Amino acid sequence: MTEVVTDQTPPLLNGPTDKEKKYDRQLRLWAANGQQALEDAHILLLNSGSGTVGVETLKNLVLPGIGKFTIADSSVVTEADLGVNFFLDEESLGQSRAECCVRLLQELNPDVKGDWFPKQKGEELENLLSVDQKYTLIMYSLPIDPRSLALVQEYSRQQKIPLVALHSAGFYSYFRIILPGSFPIVDTHPDSTATTDLRLLNPWPELSDFAAKLTDNIENLSALEHGHIPYVVLLLYYLKRWKESHGNYPTTYQDKKAFREFVSAGARTDNPEGGEENFDEAVAAVLKTVTVPSIPSSVKAVFDHKPDDAESSSSFWIIADAVKRFYEKHNELPLPGSVPDMKAQSSVYVQLQNIYKAKARQDVAEVLETVRSHPHGNEIDIGEVETFCKNAAFIKLIHGADASPVSIQTIAENEFQSDENAPLTMMPLSLLPIYLALNATSHVPSASASDILAIISKDIPDAASNPRIVKVAEEVARANGGELHNISALTGGMASQEVIKIITKQYIPIDNTCIFDGITSRTQVLRI
Amino acid sequence: MSQPVMVASTLQAPTVPDSRWIYLDNVRQKKGPFTDEESFDASGEAVSAMEKMKLLVIGAGGLGCEILKDLALSGFKDIHVIDMDTIDVSNLNRQFLFRQSDVGKSKAEVAARFVEKRVKGVSITPHNCKIQDKDDEFYMQFNIVICGLDSIEARRWINSTLVDLVDNENPESLKPLIDGGTEGFKGQSRVIFPTMTSCIECQLDMHAPRAAVPLCTLATIPRQPEHCIEWAHIMAWEQEKPFPKLDNDDPEHITWLYKKALARAQEFNISGVTYSLTQGVVKNIIPAIASTNAIIAASCCNEAFKIATSTNPSLGFEENYMMYSGNDSIYTYTFKHEKKDDCPVCGNIARNMEIDPNFTLEEFIESLAARPEAQLKKPSIRSEQKTIYMQSPESLELKTRPNLVKKMGELVEDGEEIGVSDPSLGSVNFKYRLRFSKPFKSH
Ligand SMILES: [Zn+2]
Repeated sequence: MTEVVTDQTPPLLNGPTDKEKKYDRQLRLWAANGQQALEDAHILLLNSGSGTVGVETLKNLVLPGIGKFTIADSSVVTEADLGVNFFLDEESLGQSRAECCVRLLQELNPDVKGDWFPKQKGEELENLLSVDQKYTLIMYSLPIDPRSLALVQEYSRQQKIPLVALHSAGFYSYFRIILPGSFPIVDTHPDSTATTDLRLLNPWPELSDFAAKLTDNIENLSALEHGHIPYVVLLLYYLKRWKESHGNYPTTYQDKKAFREFVSAGARTDNPEGGEENFDEAVAAVLKTVTVPSIPSSVKAVFDHKPDDAESSSSFWIIADAVKRFYEKHNELPLPGSVPDMKAQSSVYVQLQNIYKAKARQDVAEVLETVRSHPHGNEIDIGEVETFCKNAAFIKLIHGADASPVSIQTIAENEFQSDENAPLTMMPLSLLPIYLALNATSHVPSASASDILAIISKDIPDAASNPRIVKVAEEVARANGGELHNISALTGGMASQEVIKIITKQYIPIDNTCIFDGITSRTQVLRI
Repeated sequence: MSQPVMVASTLQAPTVPDSRWIYLDNVRQKKGPFTDEESFDASGEAVSAMEKMKLLVIGAGGLGCEILKDLALSGFKDIHVIDMDTIDVSNLNRQFLFRQSDVGKSKAEVAARFVEKRVKGVSITPHNCKIQDKDDEFYMQFNIVICGLDSIEARRWINSTLVDLVDNENPESLKPLIDGGTEGFKGQSRVIFPTMTSCIECQLDMHAPRAAVPLCTLATIPRQPEHCIEWAHIMAWEQEKPFPKLDNDDPEHITWLYKKALARAQEFNISGVTYSLTQGVVKNIIPAIASTNAIIAASCCNEAFKIATSTNPSLGFEENYMMYSGNDSIYTYTFKHEKKDDCPVCGNIARNMEIDPNFTLEEFIESLAARPEAQLKKPSIRSEQKTIYMQSPESLELKTRPNLVKKMGELVEDGEEIGVSDPSLGSVNFKYRLRFSKPFKSH
């Protein structure tokens, strides 16, 4: 189930605005702040080759209301373009492909501005890239001429702009995202089932007191009261009793199973239902919520990262450092403060919610104090600190492409090693051969299978003896550099999801290459 | 001058030069290393056979718009599309064949005209109606059916219809069914060869319904903003009837529910009731974006193209299901979902079901809606001996209604087989062998 974003603004009694109506289905995913980020973005597409995958990606960005886009493409529309590209029509034949695509894409959403390049024949790409124009993200489609590629790579490195490479041919495709430096994400949208953090093994005094008060006279409670004790309180009560008799909390699987029985035995069965729902909920929650807090490896990676000078004054790293210190002091992360729904009387549930919220606020205050002690800490908005603390267990850091590079030989060795075990492990075969074969045609419109193998062999000396690579090279040669609309539409869909994630800084983007096999209908994400 | 020749009006001369389809022909007229040589035909005949195929697209919404575009650019020439809906402003963020000026018009008609105009040589026939309005003869004319629907009921109906069409004497009667679905950044596509591979009904429990909130929680102990909204929707509206009939698309009606829910939330100190959430709960809105529709629709059409051309192996007899998730990186899982012998549509064995014989028939019927493999909201029930409960016709409903308050133990024997059906889902017919989990207390 997708977690639905609810509006945090105070309720308006008027209905939604026209814009909220039009974008309703997506605002439920990335909320108003994500939408604003999209509307502030300007995307450049450097289009070449048969030219469809980039345009299909743009379509999925124009529809949700990206601010502006520019297509740079020196091609003239041919018959073959009309057989694969939906954003061209009969009238486009012989005209600038960039201009025609911009015109038909813009029709999709009047809120979006589109521009194209070159306006005059023979204008050089340098002119576009030297203009004082800040792009949010640049995409280019392959095959591309090496000079243009070098230009755009250099430009994005200097300007610190994410770069997305797209290559689609026949039934295969890949796309690769090159992020400028490390890319931290706070708003990762974990599944709502994963975020429950109740601190049952380490309750703070207010929570313990509340539980003790509700269960003080548990044997003599009325049927209504007994059947509505929230499961959090039940678990705290039985944990306390378990500890009194066993000396410690149940931590092993065996202990937890026994503890479940112990809780279950407390339910009253002399009623018409033959049991109590709140006890059922408590028993069901034991394995997941009776846990010693541990810190996820993704959070550890954030704590272990040494931000460089440019990074260290950013609000993310200032808050991350404060949260790290909080963790070092308390051996737990700030409390997220949300309580899942459970069988309970309304007022009791609201009290329980308030106890968790109060503790969460207290933790935020402590982190905020550390933040404020940083030289740039006074500029940081408290809302940002709150969001960070709420998501602390799910923050994520994606490293830039330059960080700890691994050679393609090493990647290939690992991939082909696991392919050898594939019949035993029942794992699907690596899609790396698809990347290798497409990559071998990065600068040529088409190539024979033997040409492709020769280029791959430069990096992977025994490529020609790997039957998978040989077959994939033949399949790429078969496509003759032509895109199939379905494969480009699918790839454009995936790439646009990733672009949205990067621009909104929500959800988790790939690291860093996604390969698609349209024959077996599989994807694989690899860091290349 | 020769005599003019009469040409059947359906045989239109191709108006498009062959060079337009060179990318498709790269794979249609040349086999690859994974191509199955027995079924692949590199001659031009296979291309013209493909162009004569008739495809049916069910749904002209987010997925449907993409599917029509993808099929037209895959070389299919004769496409039908069926959708009873009209265009709403909230469709425009992804249903890219529609413009602001199209709001209120038929989705099927606008989508068909747009793609026909854009892609020369393709014919798209719109059907502005429900799928249930069409008979077997209508469905029999197609070679492949592709579904882009957001309703489980409609999927179940077309699935059972296509399974029923299969006549072993007539290979043409087997219509591959390709189905796509999305939610937020996630989705799935699947290929079904009716009666031969796992069908929608076999896979029903993969899409379990969300648990309903008990009415007593709504009535007496709300805790979440959703509880307050459901209370306004189910209880307050019925009691106060502010308008004759609730229209989920009328902002005035949603505003009324929102205000009611907000007041109730304030009374119980619950925060989080907003207009947007109210609308989401009442209309059961599923978040949807262009990107995910593009992925799933293209996956469906890629499979249709491979089935029609044999250019490469398709999903179907081995792996038949692709799951896609884009929330955390990109993850796909492509696997074989096994056909079930006890499937109420394509199987013939009864499933065992444990029941408490002390439940009333009414309670039993309610439990069928929540069971992931059944999800039956208006079931009719027959035992081997008698009719236990019929939803229609009215006379039979009246006659069987007194059974609703009877206990199951009075109506069936331990170990007896019952048949459960729901005409709104086509010929779905569950066979359950009932086993009593407890002794039956007759008084
Ligand atoms: Zn089935």
